[in-house]
Amino acid sequence: MNRPRAISRRAVLAGGGALVVGFALGGPSPTAGAAVKLPPHLAANPLIDSWIRIAADGGVTVFTGKVDLGQGLSTALAQIAADELYVAIERLQVVTADTARTPNEGGTVGSMSIQQAGGALRQAAAEARQALLEMAARKLNAPLDTLSVEDGTVTSRSGPTTTYGALVGGRHIARQATGTAVPRPVESARYVGQPVARLDIPAKMFGQPAYLQDLRPRGMVHGRIVRPPHPASTLQSLNESAAAALPGVIHIHRQGNFIGLIAAREEQAIAAARQLADDARWSEAPPPLPPGTAEDWLDRLPATETVVSGPQARLNLDHAHRARYFRPFQAHASLAPSAALALYRPDSAEQLTVWTHSQDIFGLRPALAGLLEIPVRAVHLIHREAAGCYGHNGADDAAADAALLARAVPGRPVRLQWMRADEFLWEPAGPAMAIELAASLDASGTISAFESTVKSFPHSSRPGGRPGNLLASQLIDAGFPPIRGANIPPPRGGVERNATPYYSFPHRVVEHFIATMPVRTSAHRGLGAYGNIFALESFIDELARAAGADPLAFRLRHLNDGRARAVLEKAALEAGWGSAKPYQGRGIAFARYKNAGAFMAIVVDVDVDRKDGALHVRRAVAAVDCGRLINPCGVETQIEGGIIQSTSWTLHEALLADGNRRARDWSDYPILTFSEVPDITVHMIDRPAEKPLGAGEVAQGPTAAAIANALFDATGLRLRGLPLSAGRLQQAQSENG
Amino acid sequence: MRELEVNGHTLRTEAADDCPLLYVLRNDGGLSGPRFGCGLGQCGACTVLVDGVPTRSCVTPLEAVGTARITTLEGLGTAGAPHPLQAAFIAEQAAQCGYCSNGMIMTAAALLAENPAPDAAAVRQTLDNNLCRCGTHNRIVRAVLRAAQAGGGPKP
Repeated sequence: MNRPRAISRRAVLAGGGALVVGFALGGPSPTAGAAVKLPPHLAANPLIDSWIRIAADGGVTVFTGKVDLGQGLSTALAQIAADELYVAIERLQVVTADTARTPNEGGTVGSMSIQQAGGALRQAAAEARQALLEMAARKLNAPLDTLSVEDGTVTSRSGPTTTYGALVGGRHIARQATGTAVPRPVESARYVGQPVARLDIPAKMFGQPAYLQDLRPRGMVHGRIVRPPHPASTLQSLNESAAAALPGVIHIHRQGNFIGLIAAREEQAIAAARQLADDARWSEAPPPLPPGTAEDWLDRLPATETVVSGPQARLNLDHAHRARYFRPFQAHASLAPSAALALYRPDSAEQLTVWTHSQDIFGLRPALAGLLEIPVRAVHLIHREAAGCYGHNGADDAAADAALLARAVPGRPVRLQWMRADEFLWEPAGPAMAIELAASLDASGTISAFESTVKSFPHSSRPGGRPGNLLASQLIDAGFPPIRGANIPPPRGGVERNATPYYSFPHRVVEHFIATMPVRTSAHRGLGAYGNIFALESFIDELARAAGADPLAFRLRHLNDGRARAVLEKAALEAGWGSAKPYQGRGIAFARYKNAGAFMAIVVDVDVDRKDGALHVRRAVAAVDCGRLINPCGVETQIEGGIIQSTSWTLHEALLADGNRRARDWSDYPILTFSEVPDITVHMIDRPAEKPLGAGEVAQGPTAAAIANALFDATGLRLRGLPLSAGRLQQAQSENG
Repeated sequence: MRELEVNGHTLRTEAADDCPLLYVLRNDGGLSGPRFGCGLGQCGACTVLVDGVPTRSCVTPLEAVGTARITTLEGLGTAGAPHPLQAAFIAEQAAQCGYCSNGMIMTAAALLAENPAPDAAAVRQTLDNNLCRCGTHNRIVRAVLRAAQAGGGPKP
């Protein structure tokens, strides 16, 4: 839950806050119109009380099936709801995903929350306002069109007033959404479009309990797990006696290859886990990885090929330019290792309660039920924030571990905490990708045909209701099917996300999907878009050079969409494209996320150190179009964050080192430091008449390509394999002579 | 039984001498400021001040602390009386998930106590060993500089 504390009053007081229902000349209430189609999540949950509750004191509780991941979603939703209800935002608290309390809106993924959850909540709040005004009309015995409302107080033209609290006061509104409530006009918005301060930030700055890790129910005990040396290991023997004798140890749980323990104090649980790890004997499993490197696996492992866009038949490519790009396995590497709090009460209707930072508690719930062999209705999941996840990290698996341990100590809440090595070694990875591109240019230097083959592993292995997709189910060796990776079909796409160019030239895109996972993979911010846009936007630059064209002009030549052209032109203008460069190399890139989401262009400036060859990203200037901006500060922060994170991925990050050795802590997996972070400016194009689009993932791909393009501009070296590490750079330089 | 001085109060703990300070503060002290990020002293999320010195509590055993004055994020300032850094981080919206904020603020508090007018490069260098995964770095730097402008706060 998030209750506002510090609100930007400057923003709040700007603009009028009242709805005046009636027209002077009479006429239909502007808050009701002909019935329109309900947004999908509202259509699925049409009872207004599922979304909005009003307390007797006028406090408003807003329910959403989405979660705050640190991207500021709960604040944005509060803005939307406060506007539609004509209440001060201070009255609101936002209840995020809870299987017992909120609508099921699926996972908080894919940068879709503003559209899906925001759209549903906007209409639900408008419907609530409509219902309240109708109640007020009856109570005040005044015609609807003589009413006005401001901050939850309804006033009739003749004088008498009432409040939302007095009208409903803790009872249900008891109405279904009809689609006849008209959302507040864009131009009268009070909070939407304003940089309203994040509701949750103050508590976090003052050290107040804010995270899942801060939950401390009475009687809480501490759990740890002991993982095998690698996924294929089997436990031959476990001498529990030494660990059992350690202070504070309450229970040791061995089930198949699953080892866990519970202790009274946290440091006791850690010590006991270390002891158990020492005393476990594991089989010598066959080598868990195929021979060679990730690139070899992408070429050699069995796959299914599908044409995802363009004709079935291959295009005719004359004197094709060809290039192959590579993206390695990468880690989410959340700052906090995954954790969960679980309580098992076998005699209660709610047998299992788990507080989790899973992005998708609705998909996790049936999976946990299946794992524990209890009915789904007996499982209650509540989302609590942890550190940023950037996709499917260890959250769901930690919840499963916690549930198994909690079952061993009924009635006692178990706080299960993964250690740093657990997270690095066992969380699903961002999948490696190989992208092979080919294109031909006609006599005028325009792309006449383009073909792409994208090879990758599953970009989703979320539980999605399947107990077998929980790591614990594999370890307990109870006959669950193996973890299944899904391939998300177009238009959203997994492997093929953003593989189809947004440009207008004939194209054919083939997806080469490898279902097996030598390294478990799943959703990693942007999914296929990071690798696909890195490849495409690097290749566009290579083609521009072959055509003797400026990279900006070349892109514009192939882009008809006005919004796409606008972000390119804006980024170029603000960066001073074509003017004297401030640093050695300059690169540009563009993407429209999923070819249906937000638009972004970015210009990156780099230096390459003459002495040690190190690549320094100095400056990034981005232009973003997210349609109607809900919170410009939130969008700006997300874009800055995406640029910085993508710079880190692009310069430094590969989960498997030489010999396919996997990183286990930050010393093996360095990320961008303060001194390496570029100067960043984000220019946002606000389009209030357009639908709002999520900003969370659009920056990943273009940033990578712009860096590679800038590197080429500075050195003449075209690096096509990520990361653009010092080693790769030196190798390219020596190969170049 | 050991007694620690934390945020001006006495905290009693039965933890063993080698117990990392982080778990005593969080579990015996009920404090939420210092956070578990790695347990290896690599990320800085657990930073507290021990006699004003930024200290990674996840790798600091209890016995090393003795009678030193420990300050956590909660002790730096409150909503009613915020430390300039806390106010600056809020004003600059210098957080995405916010998990790194404790480490950033506590480390910066010590910096400002010693160097009341750092430039951006000095701030970056000081925070180079504090990890932020969300990419809030530039806002954090702006917040620290803003807090310095506002007076930096008392010596913690």
